[in-house]
Amino acid sequence: MSGKNKWIQLGMLAVIMLVLPAFFPSGYYYRVGALIYVNALSVLGLVVLIGYAGQISLGHAGFAGIGAYSCALAPVHLGIHPALAVLLGAAVSGVMALLIGRPILRLKGYYLAVATLGFGILVTMVLSNERGLTGGPDGMPVPDLGLRPLLRDLGLRLSGGEFWYIANAVVLLIGAWIALNLFQSATGRAMRALHGSETAARTVGIDVARYKLQAFVISAVYASVAGSLLALQNGFITPDVAGFMHSVEMVTMAVLGGVGSVLGATLGAAILTLLPQVLTVFADYEQLVLGGVMILVMIFLPLGLLPSIAARIRWRGV
Amino acid sequence: MAILEVSGLGIGFGGLRAVNDVSFSVRPGEIVSVIGPNGAGKTTLFNMISGVYVPGDGQVKLNGEDVTAMAPHLLAARGLTRTFQNLQIFQEMTVLENVVAGFHLVERPSVLSDLLSLPGARRRSAEVREKAFAFLDKVRLTGAAAEEAGNLSYGALKRLEIARALAVGPKVLLLDEPAAGCNAVETEEIDELIAELAKSGIAILLVEHDMKMVMRISNHIVVLDHGEKIAEGTPEVVSKHPDVIAAYLGTEEEPAHADG
Amino acid sequence: MDAFMQFIYSGLTVGAVYALVALGFTIIYNASDVVNFAQGEFVMLGGMITVFAFDAGLPLPLAAVIAIAITAGIGVALNKLAIEPARGAPVVSLIIITIGASILIRGASQIVFDKQLHRLPAFSGDDPIHVFGATLLPQSLWVIGGAFAIFIALWLFFTRTLLGKAVLATANNRLAAQLVGINTGFVMTLSFALSAAIGALAGVLVTPITLVSYDVGVGLALKGFAAAMLGGMGNPKGALVGGLLLGLFEALTAGYISSQYKEAVAFIVILAVLFVMPQGLFGAKKTERV
Repeated sequence: MSGKNKWIQLGMLAVIMLVLPAFFPSGYYYRVGALIYVNALSVLGLVVLIGYAGQISLGHAGFAGIGAYSCALAPVHLGIHPALAVLLGAAVSGVMALLIGRPILRLKGYYLAVATLGFGILVTMVLSNERGLTGGPDGMPVPDLGLRPLLRDLGLRLSGGEFWYIANAVVLLIGAWIALNLFQSATGRAMRALHGSETAARTVGIDVARYKLQAFVISAVYASVAGSLLALQNGFITPDVAGFMHSVEMVTMAVLGGVGSVLGATLGAAILTLLPQVLTVFADYEQLVLGGVMILVMIFLPLGLLPSIAARIRWRGV
Repeated sequence: MAILEVSGLGIGFGGLRAVNDVSFSVRPGEIVSVIGPNGAGKTTLFNMISGVYVPGDGQVKLNGEDVTAMAPHLLAARGLTRTFQNLQIFQEMTVLENVVAGFHLVERPSVLSDLLSLPGARRRSAEVREKAFAFLDKVRLTGAAAEEAGNLSYGALKRLEIARALAVGPKVLLLDEPAAGCNAVETEEIDELIAELAKSGIAILLVEHDMKMVMRISNHIVVLDHGEKIAEGTPEVVSKHPDVIAAYLGTEEEPAHADG
Repeated sequence: MDAFMQFIYSGLTVGAVYALVALGFTIIYNASDVVNFAQGEFVMLGGMITVFAFDAGLPLPLAAVIAIAITAGIGVALNKLAIEPARGAPVVSLIIITIGASILIRGASQIVFDKQLHRLPAFSGDDPIHVFGATLLPQSLWVIGGAFAIFIALWLFFTRTLLGKAVLATANNRLAAQLVGINTGFVMTLSFALSAAIGALAGVLVTPITLVSYDVGVGLALKGFAAAMLGGMGNPKGALVGGLLLGLFEALTAGYISSQYKEAVAFIVILAVLFVMPQGLFGAKKTERV
């Protein structure tokens, strides 16, 4: 039952990714698509943390920041290739998540939210203040991945937008596959069980603290890789990538589409990524609309868009 | 040889002494019921034995090992699990998944295998699913396997909790009011299930208000009142014990069935 | 020693503002079990509306009263439109709603007002007062004094008046309060109005010193929250003590360690409190009942 579900979801995602470019009015939209996929990737981590394990984080952008600045700093200071910097960033994020997760995850609800918030803001502060290293609030450049010239030599000419569209789509598919694997696995069940009832989960032998920590670390790695890709794609990064607003956007994207599912998260990411694009003329109204959307969705569609739409379709089917 | 030994267990909340100096034991295959008026401390006692509360005084021994204040998941690994009076179901998982979750210790998941859906992990999951169906059969919930647990009736959920607890493979099973809210038929089914489990060698500790059921199936009864043990013995002995009758009915009235 | 006293004064001043924000959190948390992330926006609104009303020609006291009244109204609207409809929703939803509300208010302010920094004239002049070898702005006394006055007034309200006790009863057990005839809907409205008004008043008091712009709310909310947690979430006495302590920590850090990282103090405090004594200085430990 869940096995079929996994491949259906991945299939749908892949089809959308393949078909979408046919609707692009211009090459610019490849970049928008790439942005949607990278945002969806960061949100997948939150699907694991919030959707599966029932925790909350208002500071996950901090891990995106670690991943992003890894790609900016490591090639320059450690001489490694940007692709390796992505892995380095993921490793650093994972370790950080492991260290702070242990004490932080003993908390629940608002306390957990604010503790994670604190973490995110501390990361942003360090990135902003250490100008000598990070270029401060104005940001710093990120070296190029260098894959396009390689592909050109192999006979494949791709624009920057096209390259990142494909690259991010592939990474998102892999990330989605992993998240779906997790869902139907014993580890995923342990996380979902503790979400349902921590007390009962313990009585069947689940070490609740351990599985919360695993969810936290996994979601941190997702955010980190997404942050790295974002940095590489834009060629430039500022401390905002780790900021509170970015964390809020990530959580909103997760919950908007339906925090329990991969497709839902992608939908949420798509909507919130497109919002500023749609509102470019009304840039000043962006915050107003974002705030309004957040409130309205949470009141009227608390499960997120996808489950609500799905429920409506099911009703019509009956 | 007792598999569960409780000695001198006690705990206080603020100034209130909820349980004080309670001792008893349970042998494999034995059904011991804990009864007492409301507020007597039965659930608190359960919570101390099952690791939900840390006892203030006393000791709990499982298979000779001191497990006082041990965390519930470690107790589960040692063969002790429980069900809940107010139901702690994994609402958003299916009925089958609830029971499969009970096999956690059997599956011994590895995070990496699970992230990559390695064949070994998938095989173990499939094996466990089979076993889970067997337990669903035992509590007659096979038909509802694919249903979201939150949709089931109260009585069905009580049986689901038992199936999930059985998945742990317990040597000691704590049942917290398993028949509460059940009608006569359901109660009898639970009755038979419990007797079956005891016959298979599991030590059963029961908290229950349904006196007929308690008297019918228990080998041994422990009576609590105001947090203290006021009597213990076979159903025969306990039902005639003056302190027990007084605790339930008060001392003004004459006991309902006085001898002679 | 002089420098030290200087830090103490600035710490107490900013701490008084944090205390008032924390108090606002506490009132709403006690009334509805919700942590209102939009709390900082009330301070911003108090300052901004006063500025614009004053610049439009109204005398300062009148402008302030109008600002406080409007902000109180916004607080009530926040409850009616965003929080009441989501009663009983999981914590994640409520968090997103109040953060969404703060973003919405910020977004609206950006349009209705502007993105500039604004100031108000000090209430009783700018001549610094010399105390214990350091200088204190008269406005600081307004801020600190104002905070204490509000705390005392509220203490009297909650302990001496019937309405105040009704609020406490509702906070303690909503259903029981309804059953004894307390109009809990009105109590909720009152709580939000009160909380918003207090925030707005803090904004009016502190704008002459720290200036105000449309985005000062976020930082204030976070620090107010840190203060509330330090003192013990839900405890008004804790809000006062927590706020002042936080202000002092921040000022001393800025003075003696690093002014860049003074902003980090609030978050370090949050993390420290959560790990070491999650119930805060004056909070009570709770046992979870199964």
